[in-house]
Amino acid sequence: MTPISHYLILGAILFVVGMFGVLTRRNAIGILISIEIMLGAVNLNLVAFSRFMETSTLNGQVFAVFVMTVAAGEAAVGLALILALYRNVRAVFADRFNLLKW
Amino acid sequence: MSWAELFSTALAFKVFGVAAVVLAVMAVTLKNVFHCALSLAAMFFALSGVFIFLDADFLAVVQILIYVGAIVILMIFAIVLTERITSEAIKQTNQLLIPGFILCAALLVGFVYVIRGAGWPAEVPLVQKETIKVIGRQLLSTHVEAFEVASVLLLAALVGAVFLGKEITRK
Repeated sequence: MTPISHYLILGAILFVVGMFGVLTRRNAIGILISIEIMLGAVNLNLVAFSRFMETSTLNGQVFAVFVMTVAAGEAAVGLALILALYRNVRAVFADRFNLLKW
Repeated sequence: MSWAELFSTALAFKVFGVAAVVLAVMAVTLKNVFHCALSLAAMFFALSGVFIFLDADFLAVVQILIYVGAIVILMIFAIVLTERITSEAIKQTNQLLIPGFILCAALLVGFVYVIRGAGWPAEVPLVQKETIKVIGRQLLSTHVEAFEVASVLLLAALVGAVFLGKEITRK
């Protein structure tokens, strides 16, 4: 069986790739895509710990179900926000969303 | 974990893992956002392949259903509704490209250092065969409060998405 560290390193790589996307993309939908990659990496870690630490209760997999629920709600609200902003600004680029100024 | 160990793991796990990483990099760096969304869908297919190696069959199916079937479709709708110009000429990255890369590389090195240094238990517990049964029982007994909160959260997200997506007419 593949040891747990392989799964954790795969999760770490995916998380870092997603974080790079969040930091560097201008497109707001691209940022949302990167956030989904990060949540997927977290799910991988949860499932790996659920398999290698305690299998009688499957708490990690139950947690992953909740993470997916939050990801679905976040995608729905985020995309609705992007559509609403697009109607005002006519752009989907995050550096154009400078309506709030102080 | 040694390098020899890394090369002797199951070939299929390596294939799915490398595919997931390559597709994630594509989803993050491609210029056309539509291609990014398609790479994201393929990435979640590869990730659910990894889930099957972890004996999480239910989650693998649910991952494909929710991510590929719902979230990526939603994103593609948002892309085709907003994107007027899908030309490759528009700059897709901001000025944080090099600092962001350095920060992420440093974070990855830290992660790998910690993961390789930690003492993981050598023995693997027995595989849980009845995943769906156990997850269902857990959702409705131990985690029932979180289950209810999640349902309220989904309802709030539904109402919020409808409200935000609605055309607001000013009088």
